[in-house]
Amino acid sequence: MNNLRRLIIKGSMAASTLGVAVSAGLLMPTTVLAAWPAKAFGAKDMTEGLANLLGSSEMMESGDISIKAPEIAENGAVVPITVTATMAGVESITIAAPNNPAPLVASFDLMGGAHGYASTRIKMGKSGDVIAVVKAGGKLYTAKKGVKVTIGGCGG
Amino acid sequence: MTLSRREFLHLMGMAGAAGLLPGSLRASSQRPTDLYEIPRFGNVCLMHMTDCHAQLNPVYFREPNVNLGVGGALGKAPHLVGNAFLKHFGVTPDSSAAHAFSYLNYDAAAKTYGRVGGFAHLASLVKRLRAERGDGNSLLLDGGDTWQGSGTAYWTRGKDMVEACNLLGVDIMTGHWEFTYQDREVIENIGEFKGEFIAQNVKVTEEALFDYKFSDFDGFNEDAGLAFKPYTMRTVNGVRVAVIGQAFPYTPIANPQRFIPDWTFGIQDERMQAVVDQVRSNEKPDLVVVLSHNGMDVDLKMAEQVTGIDVIFGGHTHDGMPAPTVVENSSGKTLVTNAGSNGKFLGVMDLDVRNGKLQGFQYRLVPIFSNLLKADPAMQAYIDQVRAPYKTQLEEPLALAEETLYRRGNFNGTFDQVICDALNKVNDAQISLSPGFRWGTTVIPGQTITMENVMDQTCITYPETYRREMSGADIKAILEDVGDNLFNPDPYFQQGGDMVRVGGLDYVCDPNQSFGKRISDMTLDDGTKIEANKKYMVAGWATVGSQSPGRPIWDVVADYLRDQKQVKINKLNTPKLVGMKGNPGLEDYPAA
Repeated sequence: MNNLRRLIIKGSMAASTLGVAVSAGLLMPTTVLAAWPAKAFGAKDMTEGLANLLGSSEMMESGDISIKAPEIAENGAVVPITVTATMAGVESITIAAPNNPAPLVASFDLMGGAHGYASTRIKMGKSGDVIAVVKAGGKLYTAKKGVKVTIGGCGG
Repeated sequence: MTLSRREFLHLMGMAGAAGLLPGSLRASSQRPTDLYEIPRFGNVCLMHMTDCHAQLNPVYFREPNVNLGVGGALGKAPHLVGNAFLKHFGVTPDSSAAHAFSYLNYDAAAKTYGRVGGFAHLASLVKRLRAERGDGNSLLLDGGDTWQGSGTAYWTRGKDMVEACNLLGVDIMTGHWEFTYQDREVIENIGEFKGEFIAQNVKVTEEALFDYKFSDFDGFNEDAGLAFKPYTMRTVNGVRVAVIGQAFPYTPIANPQRFIPDWTFGIQDERMQAVVDQVRSNEKPDLVVVLSHNGMDVDLKMAEQVTGIDVIFGGHTHDGMPAPTVVENSSGKTLVTNAGSNGKFLGVMDLDVRNGKLQGFQYRLVPIFSNLLKADPAMQAYIDQVRAPYKTQLEEPLALAEETLYRRGNFNGTFDQVICDALNKVNDAQISLSPGFRWGTTVIPGQTITMENVMDQTCITYPETYRREMSGADIKAILEDVGDNLFNPDPYFQQGGDMVRVGGLDYVCDPNQSFGKRISDMTLDDGTKIEANKKYMVAGWATVGSQSPGRPIWDVVADYLRDQKQVKINKLNTPKLVGMKGNPGLEDYPAA
């Protein structure tokens, strides 16, 4: 757990040094939700963002979460991500890309009895991990998958 | 349903007895009488061709002297060249097989053994094997990269090859460069193809599904969202054979997405597992094979991840492998082959399939020597006829080759250097960039370089050139990006091409480093250090993102060659390598 935490912190430090203005994701329902958690989604540090949104950044790696994402993105602007969590009592699924300038991308709150499933597209400015954080039974679980964003072609 | 460990050991025993295991190749290459006498074995024969790149006539094709393996791939097939290759597979040095499989002694051996490949010669061998195995006891599989790579394929939008494959009797194919025509042309060509086109890893995008323009196309499955039929079942000599298609996973990344905007690819190994499981339970096959355009390293990883596949017939990376690699996974073993390129080889796998499973096999990657196989008259007549309208254009002499001009290898080949030098000279640039394709035929010393040779090296459907300023940082970013596509230790992140070719630029490459750290010490030809913030004039071609404004690359190269008259490479812009000493994927490399 500590290893992962270190990794996540390291990843977000790297992200925070980025000066490029790339928007965090496609779903930014600022006008829809009155209580838009701007502090969480605007955070440049993933750990800070997660703590802000989920109340904690203490999480355990879990084999019950699977992330479906392309190994190499066909288009970094719309990378399809599907998260499936099979543990009981899933309350929310949060998706983050630590290499994005604002790492928190989306969070889905699930009603009791809903399948632990969320599918969306995210924007990724550069290669890096996609991280899923699942809240279940009051605890946080996580998994990650690397996605490469390439300039494409043979460079010529 | 796949082979258990003991069954597989038994199978390997059978294979050994049947003359398959690497050591026994020595015997096969020494057979003096008839190279093409391939004894029958078992009850099913699967013939496999791949990556012919539209070479209808026999060609010269030099195998690489640089094919580096890093990480887990170090020292393993396919990352072996020259003497290390011959030793690994037990191929006799200085034999015809040694010439077919390696670059060794290339100039002299090419003169001795002559041209390789050619559809008319291939057709003779295919007919002979079909007859020897008996009617209905074989299938001919084509792994793709068939409709692109020659002037005639370009001018006929792949149609010359569709008809040639119909004449050859290709039963099943998958694709990669096939997708570099417009999507409607792809659909039209598949319609004219008499075999089946299969791919489990091509979906119609969710947006396109709302109003899909090819909803009438036979292979489209709306419920699954698949653009093409994922697999097909064939009965061969009473044996139920499932063939699953795997198109090149990174087509919309390595090639322009704009030609095929509605299709999305990817490795999709989870879907592959689902298809294998579904086929195994619903179709009750005796044999499950995958016809793949993943590239060999990706196939090797896929064979570890996905269970239930007996054989993966692979292509894309153009590795002419005399024997399959046996991959162990959690439920059994899978054979992985790769059958070379440019029409040079036919893979012939004879399988003994009984009691619903694979009991044994015999495999040969058979070189097509055009001097040793008669041209099939019907195929030759077709080839002559399809080339006739373009003959004058193709045969235009441009210059004389004073040394072997080739492409294949991780870094600049000599023909790449010609292209890069042409870009710099004709477009008045300091640095040129040219894609690291693995196709492109070879010209031997003393040969006249014709327009056909130039087309063989350059003809793609996005041939436009550019000339623009780039910063030193931009150039490094490109080199790093392509370097990672080649040397990432995880095969699923590799795209299967070689390093971008450069002109006017020297650099140091450390393939074992991580992304962003492989390239250093970039200098211009005169030794001037490249500075990150300084601008340089760069010429190039084959832009994937959008169409470039300049003339097609073949016109630029032809201009240059007409002007040069004689071609000898003064300087090959290959990088100095770090950490690659003793790598068996490297021989005769000056700057290791």
